[in-house]
Amino acid sequence: MMFVPGNNPGMMADAHIYGPDSIMLDLEDSVTMAEKDAARLLVYNALKSIDYGNTEMVVRINPLNTPYGHKDVEAVVKAGVDVIRMPKTETADEVRELEAEIIKVEEELGCVGRTQIMAAIESALGIVNAYEIATASKRMMGIALGAEDYTANLKTPRTPEGSELLLARETIVVAARAAGIACFDTVYSNLDDMDTFRKEVELIKNLGFDGKSIINPRQIQVVNEVFAPKQKDIDKALRIIAAIKEAREKGSGVIAVNGKMVDRPVVLRAERVIALAVASGILNEEELS
Amino acid sequence: MRNTKVVSLEEAIRRSGLKDGMTISFHHHFRGGDKVVNMVVAKLAEMGFKDLKLAASSLSDVHAPLIDHIKNGVITGISTSGLRGELANEISHGLMKEPVVFRSHGGRGSAIANGELHIDVAFLGASSCDCLGNASGCPRSENAKSICGSLGYALPDAKYADHVVVLTDDLVDYPNVPKSISACEVESVVVVDSVGDSSKISSGAIRDSKNPRDILLAQQAAKVIINSGYFEDGFSIQTGTGGASLAAVKYIRESMMEKGIKASFALGGITAHMVKLHEEGLIGRLIDVQSFDKVAAESIASDHLHQEVSAVEYASADNPGSAVHALDIVILSALEVDVDFNVNVLVGSDGIIRGAVGGHPDTAEDSALSIIVCPLLRGRIPCVVSKVTTLITPGAGVDVVVTEYGIAVNPRRPEIAERLKAAGLKVVDIHDLAAKATSVIGVPDPLPFGDKVVGIVMDRHGKVLDKIYNIVD
Repeated sequence: MMFVPGNNPGMMADAHIYGPDSIMLDLEDSVTMAEKDAARLLVYNALKSIDYGNTEMVVRINPLNTPYGHKDVEAVVKAGVDVIRMPKTETADEVRELEAEIIKVEEELGCVGRTQIMAAIESALGIVNAYEIATASKRMMGIALGAEDYTANLKTPRTPEGSELLLARETIVVAARAAGIACFDTVYSNLDDMDTFRKEVELIKNLGFDGKSIINPRQIQVVNEVFAPKQKDIDKALRIIAAIKEAREKGSGVIAVNGKMVDRPVVLRAERVIALAVASGILNEEELS
Repeated sequence: MRNTKVVSLEEAIRRSGLKDGMTISFHHHFRGGDKVVNMVVAKLAEMGFKDLKLAASSLSDVHAPLIDHIKNGVITGISTSGLRGELANEISHGLMKEPVVFRSHGGRGSAIANGELHIDVAFLGASSCDCLGNASGCPRSENAKSICGSLGYALPDAKYADHVVVLTDDLVDYPNVPKSISACEVESVVVVDSVGDSSKISSGAIRDSKNPRDILLAQQAAKVIINSGYFEDGFSIQTGTGGASLAAVKYIRESMMEKGIKASFALGGITAHMVKLHEEGLIGRLIDVQSFDKVAAESIASDHLHQEVSAVEYASADNPGSAVHALDIVILSALEVDVDFNVNVLVGSDGIIRGAVGGHPDTAEDSALSIIVCPLLRGRIPCVVSKVTTLITPGAGVDVVVTEYGIAVNPRRPEIAERLKAAGLKVVDIHDLAAKATSVIGVPDPLPFGDKVVGIVMDRHGKVLDKIYNIVD
């Protein structure tokens, strides 16, 4: 998920050419108070007029307790955004308040249920309430960590190895999995240190995150490389999927690959590997069917 | 030394027999750091010459003082590969009575060799020269003040001009060998404080980029090359100076190492990137008509596999021995490409001249595979258009256009389109790219051109290809 400032038309116009899975147009922290209205108008027009293809479009709105939040919701829902990202989420009630706002606009448009919600958790209270936030609405598609505000709130600096974020990251993954939604890790801002960035992406992939937030197209390749499954894992997954198919055709309940029984977690893992391989462009869906 | 050709600039001019109306010539190996053109033309003005025709291999921002000499009637005609900066701006607005004649590097070489462009007196800057005129772009003493490497564009001038004056900022002991220009072709040697600022050789056109769009374009261009069918052991390559084409070299290098492929030679303007690949053993020889930076200039001074060629040997269309005929792959940039694959590298979308023909049409036509790398949009300016503002390289010689929105392949090369598609690259119709540009930024208003011809573009075979009209504010 690539962050793009909502006040920069040049960046908004071609953000999708770099191939991020989703683009988050930002109305919050990257836009100064003086530019909030102009940025909202720009983001509205970008969503209406730019052909972003299959890229999932997310807008980070200003909190609803600011003078801008309600107007942001109205504008981006009308523009047909896929997902609204709510910043600094601390309680499930805040999610429900946003949902009510979205419903109001959707009812006006006659498209109730279209807009999804992602909550960014950026404080200790938010982490404590992570599961409640993740399950606050059927529209919740994911939760994400915002590390800068979170570490400020913890009264600790952000370190390259990220030990101060470990609990928050694991909590978010566990809450997301328990709720059956996606989870996204925070941004890494030093563009000149790709090695540390790569280590961080490896870490969060192993923790179970579905994706990483990024601030520059140059980071996309690293994320894709880390998340793309290795060929031997793909081959193994394909064998498992083939074995399942064969077992089903024979009507057999027992599935075996290379003489070993395959149980349900193995199947689920294989399916995830295949899904990632497709998402990374290593496999295409036509080849699978 | 009993015999010496060393004289003052004024005396050299006097001895040359230069008269009003004649043609003088210069090379541009010091690029943005050149001091010879301004120095010599100022002296000619001081001596009262009028109506001179200036035949430079190229001109850039640093040559703005020519504006006054044009206004005063000292210079009344210009032929060049390129124009930039204030001089280009003034000429685009109609400064000169006679149109500027633009030729490619190969085209200029041919025109000089076949007499179409006759040079009366050549004024050629050199980083070292002895008292008889053996001259080089390489430094040869501890007093050396400059370095420009190859003198490739000056060699036709030295060979065919009626009279040759070498200007140098380091007069060295005879014999200055190895030489680029032979003493047998030189009439006078003039010692000056400085012929050029070597630190500015790589200013102007060359950019090395962290720009994500350039990186994306470079990666796509590299993928095109790798999957084109020409990327095999012994291939040859030339790159332009755009950020993306330079960055592409980095990705090609990785693939060469991975696949154990080596190039036989790299051609043209040689950059530090190419020198690095050569030193790593990935490129056998460097054929250098112009050293694009200091690293390349230092390499040609010390490495016998890094060889200088003249503009004729580099890119002449008439001469079957020229190196472009052996060239496999060239990566080039563009200001505009149109739906017929025609390319403009000279006139900006504001109608003002801001570039150079360079070796673009020469290499595009004669290489086996020419790849144009350009963004679809530069800010609010479309680069893939329905018709180029000025035709520089005819589409017949252009094979592939790489943009950030997809890769277009000339319908004349269906086999390349098939190979790229098979490799999973996004091959699109060039009309769709032009339509995409229009959908984002709309159709620009037509440029306000007047009816005065300010430039004539010659093709590399010596025929008029296009005309440039004055721009009206």
